[in-house]
Amino acid sequence: MDVNEIKSQFPIFSKKINGKPLVYLDSSNSSQKPLSVINRLNDFYRNEFSNIGRSIHSLAVNATNKFEETRTSVKNFINAKFNEEIIFTKNATEAINLIATTFGQQNIKEGDEIIISELEHHSNYVPWHFLREIKKAVIKFAPINEDGDIIIEKLKELITPKTKIIAITHLSNVTGTIVPIKEIVEIAHKKKIPVLVDGCQSVPHIKVDVTDLDCDFYAFSGHKVYGPTGVGILYAKKKWLEKLPPFIGGGAMISEVKKDNIIYAPLPEKYEAGTMPTAEVITFNESIKFMKSIGIDSLIEHEKEITNYALEKLKKINSVKIIGNPKNKAGVIAFTIKGIHPHDIATILDEDGVAIRAGHHCCQIFHEKMNLTATARASIGVYNTKDDIDILCKAIENCRKIFDLK
Amino acid sequence: MDLKQLYQDIILEHGKSPRNLGKCEGYSHEAKGYNPLCGDKVHVYIKLNSEKKVEGLTFEGEGCAISLASASIMTELVKGKSFDEAMDIMNAFLNMIKNTSEIQSKHLDEDQKTKLMSLSGVKQFPMRVKCATLSWHTLVSALEKKKEEVNTEKVD
Ligand SMILES: Cc1ncc(COP(=O)(O)O)c(C=O)c1O
Repeated sequence: MDVNEIKSQFPIFSKKINGKPLVYLDSSNSSQKPLSVINRLNDFYRNEFSNIGRSIHSLAVNATNKFEETRTSVKNFINAKFNEEIIFTKNATEAINLIATTFGQQNIKEGDEIIISELEHHSNYVPWHFLREIKKAVIKFAPINEDGDIIIEKLKELITPKTKIIAITHLSNVTGTIVPIKEIVEIAHKKKIPVLVDGCQSVPHIKVDVTDLDCDFYAFSGHKVYGPTGVGILYAKKKWLEKLPPFIGGGAMISEVKKDNIIYAPLPEKYEAGTMPTAEVITFNESIKFMKSIGIDSLIEHEKEITNYALEKLKKINSVKIIGNPKNKAGVIAFTIKGIHPHDIATILDEDGVAIRAGHHCCQIFHEKMNLTATARASIGVYNTKDDIDILCKAIENCRKIFDLK
Repeated sequence: MDLKQLYQDIILEHGKSPRNLGKCEGYSHEAKGYNPLCGDKVHVYIKLNSEKKVEGLTFEGEGCAISLASASIMTELVKGKSFDEAMDIMNAFLNMIKNTSEIQSKHLDEDQKTKLMSLSGVKQFPMRVKCATLSWHTLVSALEKKKEEVNTEKVD
């Protein structure tokens, strides 16, 4: 993989930030977009725009076909079995809410238990908290160890006959922990408990095969996979989508509407009410093509090389502490510098054109567990180079200088 | 933008060794402030005497250099002032950050104004304004004895 060639596909890298070349280390938050994706969105609006599904004119037929082509591409990309198992939402958060709400409505009653983990993003906690409030469900947290790995034995012990669902992240957006989902699914399925996976950070960075994982639900966001904002994906096994009630009601999700009764549309439309982010979904097909053009194996290898390089260099800087040391780690590096608050780090780095994130990264449970209020986070994307890491480390040295650290 | 403007020596020094940390003895008023975006927290304690004068003013907090320095400087400048004077200084500070470029308050001398002006660097860093203002909003809340926690997403 030629990283410079790949980087050259991203127009943003020709821009200067505070007079410096952009070093973008915030891909866990959202990735930058290659020209093919930007052009596709523009092109669709210029030459092909129409809403989908509702009209029979040529533009509508074309748009509908293209929309469905993205569905097929997504299905193939994550190796789902059927097109109708792929539901488009506005982001992963909405996808998780869709399942928490509909599954909760149908299957959760007072005292029932939901297991999540201490690594979860707020998007995979708050929707379940709603069920705690509305249904008086109980939420149990699978604990993590100092390294940031979920303790599988402890998770097992949390399972009781009242456990109704396990919702867990595939890849932590703080520690980069790659969670052994397949193992967790096997444990859960032995007890007939369905598993929802938050795949926001995994789809852009590791191989995802939902058939192999055998999970029941898998959620992710297009904007972290080099795609446009406004596209979320929910994969769910067909048996669930057929059985669960609809989520949002309105046009497109119905097949027959009478004064005394409504019949819902078949899958996948049952879960795609109202006008969808048509242009963005169609554009997302280009993001998948981009991922495929690199090849997931080359991408993993490249990001691993950059991650290892970054870890080695950061560890050599005095007073830098890397948070977590998981068995399997992807390119998400949370760190602290003794004597400098993460917010100050982010401001100073920005002056050098280095974009990182500071705060709790929507993972307050994790930070509390680790006795931290905030961390700085550098996260790696396919376009990052060793030069980027060198610039990051130099900028960190500058922080230390400003704060007069020894 | 200028980092040196933001991280002036006095800010770094107060950030490293904040003054008036802890709970002041016999405090009569207190309030908590929170910035949900970054997790900065501050807890302000005030001892108002019978003449409504700020006899004691301390804080506990966690946060960046800017927020700690701002709280620290605030405790130094507001201690000893009357309730009304404290409110006037607070308004002058917020006004300096948001509108004007100087401190307009007759309750501070020139040295004190200079000290407060060291926080003016945040004007160039919009994302950091709330770091500087959190403790001041919390001070008002404590003085007014509002029960609710100050949340930077709900004040402007
Ligand atoms: C692990 C994880 N889950 C969920 C989300 C939420 O994604 P979105 O905001 O696109 O719905 C994110 C992104 O911030 C994430 O990193």
